[in-house]
Amino acid sequence: MSKPILSLENIYVDFERDGVISQVLDNVSLSINKGEFLSIIGHSGCGKSTLLNVVAGLVPVTLGAALLENREITGPGPERAVVFQNHSLLPWMTVYENVRLAVAKLYGAKENLSQLHDRTMRNLELVKMTHAKDKRPGEISGGMKQRVGIARALSMEPKVLLLDEPFGALDALTRGHLQDTVMELHDRIKATVLMITHDVDEAVLLADRVVMMTNGPKARIGDIVEVKSPRPRDRRELLKDAHFQDCRRRIVQFLEQHDHAVSVAEPA
Amino acid sequence: MPFEVQKMTTSPVSESVPDPVAAQAEKLLAAAQAKQIAASKRRKIADKAGNVLMPLLTIGLLLAVWEGLGQAFPGGLPSPSMVLMEAQELIFNPFYDRGGVDKGLFWHVLTSLSRVGIGFGLAAVCGVLLGSFLGTVEWARKGTDPIIQVLRTVPPLAWLPISLAALREAQPSALFVIFITSIWPIVINTMVGVRNIPQDYVNVAKVLRLTPGEYFFKIMLPAATPHIFTGLRIGVGMSWLAIVASEMLLGGVGIGFFIWDQYNSSRMSDIIVALIWVGLVGFILDRLVALLGQYVSRGTAAD
Repeated sequence: MSKPILSLENIYVDFERDGVISQVLDNVSLSINKGEFLSIIGHSGCGKSTLLNVVAGLVPVTLGAALLENREITGPGPERAVVFQNHSLLPWMTVYENVRLAVAKLYGAKENLSQLHDRTMRNLELVKMTHAKDKRPGEISGGMKQRVGIARALSMEPKVLLLDEPFGALDALTRGHLQDTVMELHDRIKATVLMITHDVDEAVLLADRVVMMTNGPKARIGDIVEVKSPRPRDRRELLKDAHFQDCRRRIVQFLEQHDHAVSVAEPA
Repeated sequence: MPFEVQKMTTSPVSESVPDPVAAQAEKLLAAAQAKQIAASKRRKIADKAGNVLMPLLTIGLLLAVWEGLGQAFPGGLPSPSMVLMEAQELIFNPFYDRGGVDKGLFWHVLTSLSRVGIGFGLAAVCGVLLGSFLGTVEWARKGTDPIIQVLRTVPPLAWLPISLAALREAQPSALFVIFITSIWPIVINTMVGVRNIPQDYVNVAKVLRLTPGEYFFKIMLPAATPHIFTGLRIGVGMSWLAIVASEMLLGGVGIGFFIWDQYNSSRMSDIIVALIWVGLVGFILDRLVALLGQYVSRGTAAD
């Protein structure tokens, strides 16, 4: 792999509330290579979403720096498009209009109307949502909404695509379909992806590397597992793959250890 | 054994050999279903009849009591039959115009409505803009909140002397009273709507780097639309209250003045007819704004 496109250097994030400081991230350093798919996994409340929000520019760092192509991230921007956990589609716009909003904002100055239309449709096609382009988010299923969310993020042609527990609210079957879609898209457009999840199978299935975070407060990176299974991956084939199972086991073990650590530490 | 199993599973649905038990069951089922459908149809008809009949019945009952009281105490409030007799022209010909203020109720209501249209329209535009501003800028909201909370409780007519003194003419004064009465609920509701925009939408705007103008039109206005229309509905009701009251004092043409004028000439029946007009028009205004709100914010509530 080539040199890192995104690097987090000694990141500390503190939140202050009523004069009390809570330390969320404690000296987190991480780098992602171009075209790499990175999963971040950890127990809920461990600060993994905070980490993603730092990259998105939605949460400022207390100390340290997040660099995208060697330039410091100081705020949100379309080159780090986010697929939010609860899709965050604008309910008063149709599926088409939701994607078009992003397309018009980013390319409106450079391209004419038919080019913008083609670009919008192309991104809806990527997630196979052209058939519902005139529906409003309220009229489509949760899985479809998330597809549109992905199309909107992809339409920004981000340097890094950020997925914040994108399938957390979906049923298992829909979740599986969407995971396949994301894998296929990643193979096709060679996107650099940073995904937050709390699902071990999802993390291993999709990622090149799985970053495991310790429990918060003061979360840090506990370990990193490299998933070397060849792509394209098939979820049924992987069940028989010893390396895949090994990765999976290491992550489960890590999570169980840290689950234990919390229950022991808490009564004290 | 396998032969028997097969026979057992196929026999109830086989068509060549009619099974008397299955046929009986089918008959019973069909009858039960027909009964269910009939019962649901009856319920629907009863529902519809209730929706129309009950209000009619109530109105009839009230009219009868009123009529009875009118007969029992002559010289008091005119009974419905007296109203019908005395105010015949007013009821059946709302469009007559004999010049001056001697016009049908339609023209009076139209004048009042046009005043409400201007005053309320201005209040809607200014109210939404001011509410959006106060909802966005925290220090501005903090600074103006006490003032708004006090001003919004001032009754419409209390503004009239001040506006007359400042504007010196009846027409702009009436408009000002409508404006100042109806703007507060619009400002306050818009402000609440803007302050309650979900963080998700704000984050989307941030990632897209929308400009303040784009944010206002693409996110803020649509997101706050349900709240804005709540404010507009309250506002239009209040402006209708304000116009009738202020026209009574200002004179000229208008439904408020008409009521006052008829009072001065002791034409109670005309006043009763005018009251019904005022009520109906107020009701229609409210429904219109509500319908517009439903149309504009379609899909917004659904998630």
